[in-house]
Amino acid sequence: MKIRNSILTFLAVAALGYFLWWASLNLDRYMLRIINLIAINAILGLSLNLIYGMAGMFSLGHAGFMAVGAYVSALLIITSDQKVKMWILEPIAPWLMNLHTSFVVSLILAGLAAAFVGWLISLPVLRLGGDYLGIATLGFSEIIRILIVNLTPITNGSLGLKGIPAHTDLWMSYGCLLVALFFMIRLMKSNFGNVLRAVRDDEIAARTMGIDTFRVRVLAFTLGCFGGGVGGALMGNLITTIDPKMFMITQTYSLLMIVVVGGLGSITGSILGSVLVTTMLEWLRFVENPINFGSIQIPGIPGMRMVIFSVLLIAIIIFRREGIMGTREFSWNWFFRKGGVGR
Amino acid sequence: MSASAEQNRSLNFDDALLEIKNVTLRFGGLTAVSELSMKVPRGSIVGLIGPNGAGKTTVFNVVTGFYKPTDGIVEFDGKKLTGLKPHKVCEAGLARTFQNIRLFYNETVLENVMIGAYVRQKGAWWQNIIPFTFPGAAKEEKDIESASLNLLARLGLDSQADAVSSSLPYGAQRRLEIARALATRPKFLLLDEPAAGMNPQESQELLEFIRRLRDEFDLTILLIEHDMKVVMGVCEYIWVLDRGALIAEGSPEVIKASPKVIEAYLGKEGLVAGASEEAANA
Ligand SMILES: Nc1ncnc2c1ncn2[C@@H]1O[C@H](COP(=O)(O)OP(=O)(O)O)[C@@H](O)[C@H]1O
Ligand SMILES: [Mg+2]
Repeated sequence: MKIRNSILTFLAVAALGYFLWWASLNLDRYMLRIINLIAINAILGLSLNLIYGMAGMFSLGHAGFMAVGAYVSALLIITSDQKVKMWILEPIAPWLMNLHTSFVVSLILAGLAAAFVGWLISLPVLRLGGDYLGIATLGFSEIIRILIVNLTPITNGSLGLKGIPAHTDLWMSYGCLLVALFFMIRLMKSNFGNVLRAVRDDEIAARTMGIDTFRVRVLAFTLGCFGGGVGGALMGNLITTIDPKMFMITQTYSLLMIVVVGGLGSITGSILGSVLVTTMLEWLRFVENPINFGSIQIPGIPGMRMVIFSVLLIAIIIFRREGIMGTREFSWNWFFRKGGVGR
Repeated sequence: MSASAEQNRSLNFDDALLEIKNVTLRFGGLTAVSELSMKVPRGSIVGLIGPNGAGKTTVFNVVTGFYKPTDGIVEFDGKKLTGLKPHKVCEAGLARTFQNIRLFYNETVLENVMIGAYVRQKGAWWQNIIPFTFPGAAKEEKDIESASLNLLARLGLDSQADAVSSSLPYGAQRRLEIARALATRPKFLLLDEPAAGMNPQESQELLEFIRRLRDEFDLTILLIEHDMKVVMGVCEYIWVLDRGALIAEGSPEVIKASPKVIEAYLGKEGLVAGASEEAANA
């Protein structure tokens, strides 16, 4: 059974690899971007799911941590020539000028930086308890954004950063996704995974069982922020320009959609959620463009996508609270039992 | 083993595992516990009784670190417990159950017990995520799983190990809560109304079960009950609380004969009226 499952997993990864190889040769840039975004959003969804779904902390700050990651990575891989040209409002901070690392190192540092910021924020915020968490994290994420706008010598302010080398290709984004999946599955299968769920489900019982719930929450939050930072960095290297406007609440909101649609606490759910939400977000772009019905022209309404999205989110909350997967997971055993429920 | 044989065991109050020293707890104007002192002898099964709202559960919450007493201290094995956070109290060797069962209802029976065992787990969380590098941590986790299964078997729950805990019948949920508490490897077990919601036969079985626990797991047990039959049958020593104050203490015989207890606890409604209390509690 175990061997069968390992073989099947290997085959599935090989099939994914084949698909990526085929896609990179045959699909246009627009399609490739969407496929890349699916992986990046899945990483981001997983990291938010760790915070919100697995550990039960309603956080609205993910865009802020993405921003930290995206900026750290971009600043580390843009060449000094580019930096000189880009900072036109104020000169760049001298120490930043010649800072340079490889892309992979910048990814890890992006994750670490976001994790550090998340850790700092979590200490006061997690003492507040559940009810204030959403508001407090939203506030901090906005503070991060405003800092980025104003720390011009470091961040180039509201102009943002352009010409980031496009390091994020299919291999990079899906490679990172597989790594994230691997560690996430192992985490949630370990006894510490049980402990995370215990803290989420009954804090008082968990404390009685000797679990330092504060420490566990801080840890889960910090880990989730690491994922947010890496995801943000991948995103920056895919789109090749970043600016503070990219990391507003709507960004967090899309991730929230992924997690809720897929199922809070389900790893499988976040993957499915990412596929659905990412493609829908792209597909729904048409409602923001002018539409012609014969002689009648409907003007495009900017932001209409988000309106439709909000309505969908409300519909999900009303009609299918648990999302696609609930807290269940895909497993090969479940696949062969068909209709059975894997946990 | 008859109840009276149990009670003949001499209790050594000089060797107290838990000592509550002059504890007072006020919630605003309400004095929930007032100048309470108790010494629980090592290895004993003792009871804390009293009418509803007497402050029994509050005493548990003070001992386990959920409430900080307004006055007084609690000592465990000669060390001060007061001021420790609940998880530190558990680490020190106290485990408890709740009046209203609090299981991790989304988790399986086995996972519930493994969560209990986590407090003694030495391997760090990240060691179990990285494959092949930390065989010690991986083995520890395997051992925790088999020890948890073993514990479940001893409490007759092993056949349901993979069932989600919320699907268990009521009596089994109570036993699982105790199993989870035992997984933390306590020296001292606090049971808050373990017989609540049980019929007379189930309560009788519970008595046997509690005695077995004490002997097999080398425990000291303090239990809260308002069902007098349960308490008299199993406890070697009893404290009676009424409106936060200690009104009597002694062996079951002494308590049964105490006019104060009869007045405060039994007198109002009579011995048989335990049933109406149960109804009020349901
Ligand atoms: N957190 C709290 N805040 C205010 N009052 C409380 C609190 N906990 C318990 N009490 C009060 O303390 C008294 C004793 O409660 P409790 O210890 O639960 O009684 P028992 O377990 O003996 O039935 C009750 O009057 C209860 O309302
Ligand atoms: Mg009570």
